[in-house]
Amino acid sequence: MSDEEINMEILLDHYRSPRNYGKIDNPSVQLVEYNPVCGDAVQFSLKIDNGILTDVKFIGRGCSVSQGAASILTEKVKGKSTEEVMNIGAEEILKNIGLNLGPSREKCALLSLNALQKSVKKYRDGKNE
Amino acid sequence: MLTSDEVKQDFPIFESLGDGYAYLDNAATTHKPRSVLEAINDFYSNQNSNVYRGIYRLSEDATDSYYRARRNISDFIGSRNPDTLIFTRNATESLNLVASSLGRGLKAGDEVLISIMEHHSNIVPWQLWLPEGVKLRYVDIDSDGYLDMESFQDNLNGRTKIVSLVHESNLLGTINDARELSRIAHDNGSIFILDGAQSVPHMPVDVERIGCDFLAFSGHKMLGPMGIGCLYGRMELLEGMPPFLGGGEMIREVYRDRSVWNDVPQKFEAGTPNVAGAIGLSAAVNYLRSYGMENVRAHEKNLIRKTLKMEEESKINELVSYGPRNPDNRGGIFSFNIGKISPIDLESEMLEQSSMKIGSAVHPHDVASSLDRERIAVRSGHHCAMPLTHRLGVVATSRASYYIYNSESDVENLFQAIENVAVKYHE
Repeated sequence: MSDEEINMEILLDHYRSPRNYGKIDNPSVQLVEYNPVCGDAVQFSLKIDNGILTDVKFIGRGCSVSQGAASILTEKVKGKSTEEVMNIGAEEILKNIGLNLGPSREKCALLSLNALQKSVKKYRDGKNE
Repeated sequence: MLTSDEVKQDFPIFESLGDGYAYLDNAATTHKPRSVLEAINDFYSNQNSNVYRGIYRLSEDATDSYYRARRNISDFIGSRNPDTLIFTRNATESLNLVASSLGRGLKAGDEVLISIMEHHSNIVPWQLWLPEGVKLRYVDIDSDGYLDMESFQDNLNGRTKIVSLVHESNLLGTINDARELSRIAHDNGSIFILDGAQSVPHMPVDVERIGCDFLAFSGHKMLGPMGIGCLYGRMELLEGMPPFLGGGEMIREVYRDRSVWNDVPQKFEAGTPNVAGAIGLSAAVNYLRSYGMENVRAHEKNLIRKTLKMEEESKINELVSYGPRNPDNRGGIFSFNIGKISPIDLESEMLEQSSMKIGSAVHPHDVASSLDRERIAVRSGHHCAMPLTHRLGVVATSRASYYIYNSESDVENLFQAIENVAVKYHE
């Protein structure tokens, strides 16, 4: 198996059995984000204590790339600070997924990062940080 | 008769794409034959100048070519008067023009009737009038993907000022009986607008025979260049309508506080027009005419018949498709899914649910990406028909759409590739 094939298998595994799928009771913040081009959706709910993401869950509907990436992202950010989450760049996510996606599918891969960072921003704005 | 292998030789892009590439996204846009590219090149190389105003030979030649393009295209859709054909950027702009201009005559309580199978370009321009109290109603579809004629009658009433319907659905491929729809609308005293974006490129369309008041279509979906489209309108109506955009060409006189409009069609063509685009589209019309629209239609009917037959015989797990099964009422459009993925409902998505519950369904984006790796270009998504996609109960579909350069082997390759995707995702 090539690296690309292995990474594809990992993504498909996350797609078929997403980690951290669901909603958090009484979340610190909750936000839904759509990709207007294709209708893919993810909703993030976060539990934030003292600036740390103590719990992250998502629900969503979409292709293997958008939903697999969301699942991978939840694993990556749990326990991180809001500051660290805001500093995650697109390149890091794409490198993490490790697939040659092309520009239109890259948007699928980045939908969840966008949603997560918007959630954190919404939380901060609400707290007037 | 039409042989796709011979047709292909007229299209330079297939030389770059190489043998065996199946371009099946013709409902989105089509490729351009050499004669269209040459016509555009010829205009810019030999005639380039602005139209109407130049008192010199070059400009007169350009004006003449622009007019001849208008006459040729108007003739192609069966209009006897070239001035009834307005050049726009595309079918979307044509529909916006007519919705914007006619909309100004609507009052609160007036109704516009469209259908659930419309493209967004025949929905959103009408929604812009909702704040003025105009009501938008939708004709539903039946379970076979046809317009529900009972629903059509139920939604028509004395307040229905405008009926605006698609001729051929860009998702279902349903070919509506435009003549009958036009008759019913007119019996009700409504103006009848036809969205011909998917019909004019693929079958004979005659505005006189259909009896429509307006017909919108795009050049780039019928072998012409991007950036040119048309709106046909009945002259009596066009003459009474206010302009769409203001500026040069569309006026006769301008004073500090008012202007006098130019005649139709210039009244609706503000600014320097896309002359090369019109000439390119005229060349595309000539190219299509060389085969005959009856033959174009017959070729695509054959492809969709083969598609539906292959679907029925295929053993692909959970393959579903949408739209009429009778090729007589069906254009060369095949929207399908491997399994069914419903749109997300955030309210009802259960808390305890630990998975997406999509089972073995494959998302249309994954289908399109996999097909792309096998050199087959299909579209996936809602195809600018989100209300219809949701009406079908799915988040999206994959769509193959044919044209004159597609062959039966493209259809065979498509099914082989779909089967490969289904197997890969079901492992």
